[in-house]
Amino acid sequence: MSKHTAKEVLLNPIFANNPIGLQILGICSALAVTSNLNTAIVMSVALTLVTGFSNLFIAMIRTQIPASIRMIVQMVIIASLVIVVDQILKAYAFSLAKQLSVFVGLIITNCIVMGRAEAFAMQNPPWISFLDGIGNGLGYSAMLITLGVVRELFGAGKLFGIEILALVKDGGWYVPNGLLLLPPSAFFLIGLIIWALRTWRSEQKEPAPFRLAPQVSDKEGI
Amino acid sequence: MEHYLSLFVRAVFIENMALSFFLGMCTFIAISKKVETAIGLGIAVIVVQTITVPANNLIYTYLLRDGALAWAGLPDVDLSFLGLLSYIGIIAAMVQILEMLLDKYVPSLYNALGVFLPLITVNCAIMAGSLFMVERDYNFTESLVYGVGSGASWALAIVLLAGIREKLKYSDVPEGLQGLGITFITIGLMSLGFMSFSGVQL
Repeated sequence: MSKHTAKEVLLNPIFANNPIGLQILGICSALAVTSNLNTAIVMSVALTLVTGFSNLFIAMIRTQIPASIRMIVQMVIIASLVIVVDQILKAYAFSLAKQLSVFVGLIITNCIVMGRAEAFAMQNPPWISFLDGIGNGLGYSAMLITLGVVRELFGAGKLFGIEILALVKDGGWYVPNGLLLLPPSAFFLIGLIIWALRTWRSEQKEPAPFRLAPQVSDKEGI
Repeated sequence: MEHYLSLFVRAVFIENMALSFFLGMCTFIAISKKVETAIGLGIAVIVVQTITVPANNLIYTYLLRDGALAWAGLPDVDLSFLGLLSYIGIIAAMVQILEMLLDKYVPSLYNALGVFLPLITVNCAIMAGSLFMVERDYNFTESLVYGVGSGASWALAIVLLAGIREKLKYSDVPEGLQGLGITFITIGLMSLGFMSFSGVQL
């Protein structure tokens, strides 16, 4: 199958087919790690690499995997990659690894990784699968970083822990919105981002299951 | 006894898997359109969670943790880095065994849960249950209680959300926000509600 071009595979997932916004994949970690930008970026990089390489390896051995046990084979590949990432983080960025706590481990069950392995890497050659993995990772990262910027900037007045908006309690002018640091705000923000994305690209809208009849029809008026 | 009771209440309400840790969100959003299916999936999650968390606890205590292999004459071996791989293996195996047992002995329950059981392997809430258990150093009894509690918390949340979404179908939502968008905002409001439990001291 050579109908996928590298550019399309790499860029499509960012806006046109965003894994979080449209495919409803990998939401768990998107919410929990975005209260500041540092963890959001580390998480994005980790997930992008895992998705890319798991796609690469699975695509390499795709003709050898028996269909009946493919899930377990995919699981083992993904889990091994995540263990590598986890060990690297623990070795070089221990405090960040502590902050991310269980969420690095949860990349294993992140549906983006499994979903792309199953939907793309099983049918396509290694190089293009690798790009597809990176592309979807970038789509996820775009969402995570947007959330991280909004939540940290308006919730704490900082980016990367450096003060941007001077806080009132330090003699500045900005009153931080504490709600943005709380987990529920991530839901509101994702909801609003999806709204914006779908207004911009109207082909993504879901049809309403029911249409409300107009309040007053001609007959009722009489 | 009191200790276990408070652990259970904390797992269900204060540390709700779905609404305060946002775990298992993919299935949480995808399978919450109808109350009936939500109940089926909820029960399946409780059952699997109750089995896998204590099972992983045993694996961790007797095989993986630092110095756990002392009984085999290897007191210096630390296999904890293999944790992730073993937990997911245990979960997948347990789900498979459960599926076969149900198919053989309780076919009616198997038919009711059938579709949902394989989905559970990739549900992050199950995996997270085991990871939290390790991180917080629960012993065997505690992990059993925590397994039941965290499973129940997820089931409770998905049934509540399904109830709301069934009603929400009939409301007039702005275009573009329909479907996924409004679901997210609903979950956000529910999670705000659940935050009020965080003031409870146990």
